[in-house]
Amino acid sequence: MNQIGIYVVPSVIVLTVLYGIIRKTDVFAAFTEGAKEGIFSLLSIAPSLIGLVTAVSMLEASGFFEVLTAFLQPVCTAVGIPAQVLPLGLMRPVTGSGSFAMLHSILERYGADSLIGQTASVMAGSTETTFYAITVYFGSVGLKNTRCTVPAALTADMLGMLFAAWCVRMFSG
Amino acid sequence: MLGYIWAGMMAVSFLCAWMTGRMETLSQSVLDGADKAVQLVIAMAGVMCLWTGVMKIADKAGLTTVVSKMMAPVLSRLMPDYDRDSPAMRAVSANLTANLLGLGNAATPLGLAAMREMQKTNRLKAAPNNSMVMFVVLNTASLQIIPTTIAALRQAAGSVQPYAVLPYIWMTSVLTLAAGILLAKLMMRVGA
Repeated sequence: MNQIGIYVVPSVIVLTVLYGIIRKTDVFAAFTEGAKEGIFSLLSIAPSLIGLVTAVSMLEASGFFEVLTAFLQPVCTAVGIPAQVLPLGLMRPVTGSGSFAMLHSILERYGADSLIGQTASVMAGSTETTFYAITVYFGSVGLKNTRCTVPAALTADMLGMLFAAWCVRMFSG
Repeated sequence: MLGYIWAGMMAVSFLCAWMTGRMETLSQSVLDGADKAVQLVIAMAGVMCLWTGVMKIADKAGLTTVVSKMMAPVLSRLMPDYDRDSPAMRAVSANLTANLLGLGNAATPLGLAAMREMQKTNRLKAAPNNSMVMFVVLNTASLQIIPTTIAALRQAAGSVQPYAVLPYIWMTSVLTLAAGILLAKLMMRVGA
């Protein structure tokens, strides 16, 4: 399974560049334009990352995660998720930068390639900032009633946490 | 919302450190945290910019149009209130394609345009129709070919195989997306 990841990256890059050449695109100009946008979007999340990485590292230093993990352990073991990643799962639908700060701290603590690190990566990568998307999209057309969007999307997110944990355990454990 | 969470995180860590007698570690972590964040941004920059650059090539070369066309039949089944060639559906498929390719900056404006177009012919007026709910549900479970931020964070944390989790992320996203669609359909059927 890991082999797929290794092939994907070079293939996507080479195929995209070749496709660009065939379609007579100035590929290097397009690349640098996109890379510049990357810098700007990274800079635009930097201030919130500074705030949230600080808050997460305070929580970590205070011993809060150990208390919470010990508390959540029985429930998590029952459904098959590592308890260490549950705080990330709860944060994911609410804040993008917050969950990236949390993922960063988990990867540093347990190692990016550990079972916990991989589960956390999959969890953070497979869902979106649900509340943000709902607020922005419905808010933009002035709709306060969102019908079943919140329950449907949030239940899906919770199922996503389980899928992430099971998937990593099945193929990587 | 985020303000409360942020304040809550700091208040809880103060309380927790006070009770466990770790005030000194906490005080150090404030300075370390801010420092770590800046290092993190720098460590992520290379990978992030590489991918936004590559995806820009895909966009400029017209790959986005090809992908949008391929998605159209599936989308018109999920959102039957709008014609396949309507401006609303064109914005919908452009938005979802931008998400798929990780063109974050382009995705949000396209999504807002899609909502605006859909609202124009929405008979419910004060509430979203089924297609609008479905569109937002699709957006909350967004699929992405290369989850750039995750790859960059893994690279920054010294992963030996930053991209090894890609297949798991795809599988989980597809399952989560399917769950979201099914749940929304079920809830609509019972009248929510």
